[in-house]
Amino acid sequence: MNTRRIEVPVLTRVEGEGALYARIEKKQVTDLRLRIFEPPRFFEKFLQGRSWKEVPDIVARICGICPVAYQMSATHAIENAFKATITPEIRALRRLYYCGEWMESHSLHIHLLAAPDFLGYPSAMAMAKDHPEVVKRGMHLQGLGNRILKIFGGRPVNPVGVRVGGFYRAPSRQEARELLELLQSALPSAEALVRWTANLKLPEVNRPAPFVSLRHPNEYPMNEGRLVSSQGLNIGAAEFEHHMIEYQVPHSTALHAHLQGQPYWVGPLARLNNNLDRLPPETATLLQETGISWPSTNPYHSIIARALEVHLALLEAVHLLKHYHRPRQAYVAIEPRAGIGMAATEAPRGTLWHRYELDAEGFVRQARIVPPTSQNQAQMEADMRASILESLDFDDEALRLRLESGIRNYDPCISCSTHFLRLEIERA
Amino acid sequence: MSKLRIAVHKFASCDGCQLQFLNLEQELLTLAERVDIAHFIEASSDLGEGPYDVSFVEGSVSTPEEIKRIRQIRQQSRQVIAIGACATGGGIQALRNWGQHEAFLKAVYASPEYIDSLEHSTPFSDHIRLDAELWGCPPDQGQLKRMLADLMAGVTPFVPGESVCLQCKRQGNVCVLVAKGEPCLGPVTRTGCGALCPYQERDCYGCFGPQAGGNTTALGRRFLGLGLSPEAIKHRYRFIYNWAPAFREASQEWESKDITYTPLPSKKEGEWS
Ligand code: SF4
Ligand code: SF4
Repeated sequence: MNTRRIEVPVLTRVEGEGALYARIEKKQVTDLRLRIFEPPRFFEKFLQGRSWKEVPDIVARICGICPVAYQMSATHAIENAFKATITPEIRALRRLYYCGEWMESHSLHIHLLAAPDFLGYPSAMAMAKDHPEVVKRGMHLQGLGNRILKIFGGRPVNPVGVRVGGFYRAPSRQEARELLELLQSALPSAEALVRWTANLKLPEVNRPAPFVSLRHPNEYPMNEGRLVSSQGLNIGAAEFEHHMIEYQVPHSTALHAHLQGQPYWVGPLARLNNNLDRLPPETATLLQETGISWPSTNPYHSIIARALEVHLALLEAVHLLKHYHRPRQAYVAIEPRAGIGMAATEAPRGTLWHRYELDAEGFVRQARIVPPTSQNQAQMEADMRASILESLDFDDEALRLRLESGIRNYDPCISCSTHFLRLEIERA
Repeated sequence: MSKLRIAVHKFASCDGCQLQFLNLEQELLTLAERVDIAHFIEASSDLGEGPYDVSFVEGSVSTPEEIKRIRQIRQQSRQVIAIGACATGGGIQALRNWGQHEAFLKAVYASPEYIDSLEHSTPFSDHIRLDAELWGCPPDQGQLKRMLADLMAGVTPFVPGESVCLQCKRQGNVCVLVAKGEPCLGPVTRTGCGALCPYQERDCYGCFGPQAGGNTTALGRRFLGLGLSPEAIKHRYRFIYNWAPAFREASQEWESKDITYTPLPSKKEGEWS
């Protein structure tokens, strides 16, 4: 028998439904398809005809795990279309809000989705039996991120506090003070988390490809900056669609994207690689201690990048809260006007770009959303091809694990584009 | 007594409802000790086959394959509990039920023929018998824990059906409808969230779905009194729970061209100009 067919019914511990199919003939990968079969949910269409006021509540529902990113890209883009300017106080609050989502989403990904792979467990719950302190630490950090989100919007999934122009309500002094204390006392946990991820046994692979992220003149990018790539791209958000070209492939409900005809990477590792000089000193020191030479082209180092960003977000949140004064009003008044606005922000999984066309009363005429998962899809496929070629000697089970963990590293949020990754390998 | 074997299944959704489990944080570990989490794709690679004692189902039915899958889940499970707005009302994606499905596909995809989706996005109750429903987008963690406790105790889960307003009053929130003139849907929306929006000093947009017996017409007339157009009122009802019968009908009522409703409270000449 010279044709082998391996079928793994589900790729677990990702957000959404998908499958990977690979065909190997004479040591060549003759076909490889990352299929995403999250049913289409048509958000761009639903936004049409809705008022600017409703947009933050609609887009939050694209993805349960990163509603903040959707709300931030959308509000920025709409403000941009209305030529509205926000105040430094609101800007600071938005950064604090985003810190909450990074802490929550990254901690969840590290502990519940990715880490069990490197320690040989099927789940964090199973891992917790042998490593209770590690899992509890992770959940504590996740919980602190959630705590920030609850202050702004009552709940971490689909929070209700955001409006175009700012927030409905600013945290009270009391809330800020309590939060500050909690966050400060968690700094040692975040440091320990970085060291722990750096000591994990991660596969050593090398995947040079352009890293794309935002870049800001003097801060680590979250909600603002120019779009840059490790290969010289440097554009404003308005130019995004001229460089990042989306196309549909028959095997997936999520679109693919190319930059200059090539796959590219977005996400925590790309962000870190492009912004090593924007880290706060404490985080930079931790990064050095990892002993890895940065920038890194090993996708598995994403878990370390996530841990670093948890640390950074925690530090930043502490800093912001120390200087917090409750603004009298947490939003600026908005005057709708006809226009087109575009904005990109850094979702935990990578650059998220929105474009809105609005009429004079502020009703959406057209919306376009490019989530990180579709941007990474072509790169994920390229990475899986390379992984198969490197691991031809692996038996089917080991190869399957390698590919699954490889995909999980990109943290594809398939719902924002869902939850079965069905994996089939055919060897001829 | 042996542990309950539970499963969590996902359909068309944002994953937010299952995240309510993952966001239980350390309590998730306690839960994992008290029940046997046999099948939960997002949380574990260890996938146990049915039968299950309880299946939680998230998301709405939106592809032909999903109809088959929910029927199988029903067969394999002693109890099936729908969680969230997608599962109990068709979700925000049911907004497509109001339009032309073909046109939507074409607007989003260059090659719509590759996409397999049903014309309507529907709640599970349209396809199978359910043992309980937990409403909300996402459902509230407090209600979810209460339900888990009821299931472990072997009693029928209780989900309250009163309106958000009552929670608001208990909490001492300032009423955004009366005090601020915001078009709050709280009076006709089911309780459960903890009156989050009024607490954030904003109007409720109905993400827990219709409360049993709420007067959507009277509230619409109140919104007219605030200066909203019938079109805007239609949009208020046609939102997260657009396909739940009460809000579906309300949105249709306010859509029809010949409504002659007067605003509430009624406006005298010269007043409120
Ligand atoms: S009900 Fe809301 S939170 Fe739950 S999956 Fe649907 S959109 Fe997401
Ligand atoms: S929209 Fe209404 S039901 Fe939803 S969180 Fe806000 S107050 Fe609660």
